[in-house]
Amino acid sequence: MSSELNHLLSLASAGKMSRRDFVGRAGALGVSTAMAGTMLSTAAFAETPVKGGVLRAGVQGGQSTDSLDPALAASDVPFMINSTWGETLVDAGLKGQVEYRVAEEISSNADATEWKFKIRKGVEYHNGATLTAEDVVATLKRHTDEKSQSGALGIVKGIKDMKAEGDMVTLTLNAANADLPFLMADYHLIIQPGGGVDNPAAGIGSGPYKITENEAGVRTAFEKHANYWDANRGFADQVEVLSINDNTARTAAIQAGQIHMMNRVDPKIVEMLAGNADVLIERAAGPGHYVFIMECNKAPYDNNDLRMALKLAVNRQEMVDKILGGMGSRGNDFPINAAYPLFDDSIPQRDYDAAAAAEAYQKSGHDGSPLILQVAPGAFPGAVEAAQLFQASANAAGIPLQVKLEPDDGYWSNVWNVAPFCASYWGGRPVQDQMYSTAYLSTADWNDTKFVDPHFDEVLIAARGELDQTKRKAMYSELALIVRDNGGLICPMFNDWVEGRRKEVGGWIANPAGSLMDGKALSMCWLNA
Amino acid sequence: MHPLIKLVVQRIALGLLLLLAVSVVIFLGVEMLPGDTAQAILGQSATPEALANLRESLGLNQSAATRYFTWLGHAVQGDLGKALTNQQDISHAIGQRLGNTLFLALCAGVIAVPLAIALGLIAARYNGRWPDKLISGVTLATISLPEFVAAYFVIFLLTQVIPILQPVSMVFPGMGFFAKLHAVALPVIVLVMVVLAHMMRMTRAAILNVMQSAYIETAELKGLSPMQVIWRHALPNAVAPIISVVVINLAYLVVGVVVVEVVFSYNALGQYLVDHVAKRDLPVVQAVGIIFAAVYIGLNILADLIGIIANPRLRHPK
Repeated sequence: MSSELNHLLSLASAGKMSRRDFVGRAGALGVSTAMAGTMLSTAAFAETPVKGGVLRAGVQGGQSTDSLDPALAASDVPFMINSTWGETLVDAGLKGQVEYRVAEEISSNADATEWKFKIRKGVEYHNGATLTAEDVVATLKRHTDEKSQSGALGIVKGIKDMKAEGDMVTLTLNAANADLPFLMADYHLIIQPGGGVDNPAAGIGSGPYKITENEAGVRTAFEKHANYWDANRGFADQVEVLSINDNTARTAAIQAGQIHMMNRVDPKIVEMLAGNADVLIERAAGPGHYVFIMECNKAPYDNNDLRMALKLAVNRQEMVDKILGGMGSRGNDFPINAAYPLFDDSIPQRDYDAAAAAEAYQKSGHDGSPLILQVAPGAFPGAVEAAQLFQASANAAGIPLQVKLEPDDGYWSNVWNVAPFCASYWGGRPVQDQMYSTAYLSTADWNDTKFVDPHFDEVLIAARGELDQTKRKAMYSELALIVRDNGGLICPMFNDWVEGRRKEVGGWIANPAGSLMDGKALSMCWLNA
Repeated sequence: MHPLIKLVVQRIALGLLLLLAVSVVIFLGVEMLPGDTAQAILGQSATPEALANLRESLGLNQSAATRYFTWLGHAVQGDLGKALTNQQDISHAIGQRLGNTLFLALCAGVIAVPLAIALGLIAARYNGRWPDKLISGVTLATISLPEFVAAYFVIFLLTQVIPILQPVSMVFPGMGFFAKLHAVALPVIVLVMVVLAHMMRMTRAAILNVMQSAYIETAELKGLSPMQVIWRHALPNAVAPIISVVVINLAYLVVGVVVVEVVFSYNALGQYLVDHVAKRDLPVVQAVGIIFAAVYIGLNILADLIGIIANPRLRHPK
């Protein structure tokens, strides 16, 4: 390794240079981005963790209506809180693999219909009880029950039978699914004593920190769980999650040192923060994306030429630049990007093409009446501005697109999944199958584009049981092309996680799977003196 | 019965009737909003089955009238019920939040009311001269700034340029009194800026109005200093309009500061109410709405009474 590279690496791991700068400068020295990332992670690990202190995260996305029941978590604050007190069977690893947590070994039968999870010995809950295989089964069962209103219902629905024997949990599936271990990383599936059946919102789990105080939508305070099993997590004595929804207040708080890390840095102020030596910006290219959805079963959007015309009329690069402030990447009208395992990067990128859009529009034979795009400010950050950019680029291609502004209040019940053409977002899923099964399978509950294609369904279900990764990749590639060229999804951009941390925070590793190191930032970071 | 006591009883009875009416209006208002609690909770992730399950478990299948009278029956016994969204006991949650709301209002009021009246007196004393113009100008400027702009301004000034205060003001049990004062310093500054002008200007106008009277001239002619004239002769006769404006502003400090609460992440009632309106959590909206209405009605009764006590003609009606 060159001495300059060494120097850069020491700067970056001491927090004096941002990850992005490091990757950029290392690139100038001929190091690939992936390699630079690995070097940096190794360097971060090489730093000696410092124990003690109080680590605070300021997080947007909390409300006084929030519950500690992991089944109900739906926004960043409960996600962060639950990931700090609880643990799942596995985590989503950084290299497209699973990382063992409560489970220490996973195996399946040859056709991926039966999965065995060996439960780690000596994992202790905050109440002193020991985590058992029975707890795991009871937890999964609770999420299977419609009454639990679990956000993971769609995941556990495919499990036909589950049983616990000794330290082994056996799950039998309705149909083959090679991705099952990844699905168990879902943040709702935190293992609770007795499955959390008696008191789902007790907040007692086996995570590195136990809750000492909890005021919903305000502040949750934790102290170190003394008997936590993993010495590589839980360095600070105490941690806190502060729910700070106002962007300016959150930013001011990190500048003033009242918090050590924050989620959702407004892309507009990233450059301004660059001048602050105490605060570093961290980016991770995740699976989250912003979308405009057309319902394929409603006129005029039941016409694929019209859908194609609209897809070609989006200026994606402009949206990435103006809506995301460059903190993201162009979408390609299917819901998958490089954050997913088995992504096919050879699929051609669709770009703005006014002439082709006009041609497709002519071909569709549309009568020229206005195409109404319904959008609310809360559909995604910058949704209204993005819709206006879309309107401008579409009008330039002769497509009569019009934006109709809707109120945030009631948007998800009155407009989304009701109106034929509207704005929305997806947070992404750990694996491709789950993303497609959630929103593009004909029978999916959230098939918000009302896309029905029997061949697509067939390939998607066959891919679940395909254990040959090359064949599987080809199948996902086919699915991507079907959605891209025939579906009702317009996906102009994938948004990066843009987050901030103070320079004294050590151990930060960008994780694209979720916000704030997939919810593990408080558990895995430490405070350098 | 002494007419004053009779008046108090009358006002309180009317106030209670008004509260009942308010509870009906709030209930109808929330009912009329598009979407229900179940949809608001599930949001983008709602499926028809999940909606049906949730509606059943929340008791949303019953008629609106049944739900209202069930609620009323429990509420008059002091049982505000549980939040539909997270099953928390409402009385407990509100108790804590109400304490925070009152703490912030009290801190702001203790500074703003005396300051506003003093500035009003000074402005009246130097009517039309530079102290008057300076005070009027500055207070008008602060009231004209939207609250969140004023808030961002003080955040920038006092946490970034001169880092002596903290931008996030949340308070929690276990914090010492002075730690709490330090935490709420920024919102208090903003609220004082917002309410100062109204009270100051009313004080000034009421005093100047009285200053036209003949007896003020007499007081001046017998050789009292201008400040003595204002303090001894003008202020007691101007107290009724000043009190009513002070009370309106105090009520505002309790019920109307949600924007300031949000900007400073201060965990008080306003933020709590807004979160639950967004989720159509009717029991909480009802409870908080009733508390806010009670504060407004109570303070207005108080203002009336003080006005009557301060005015002999009203105190002894013929």
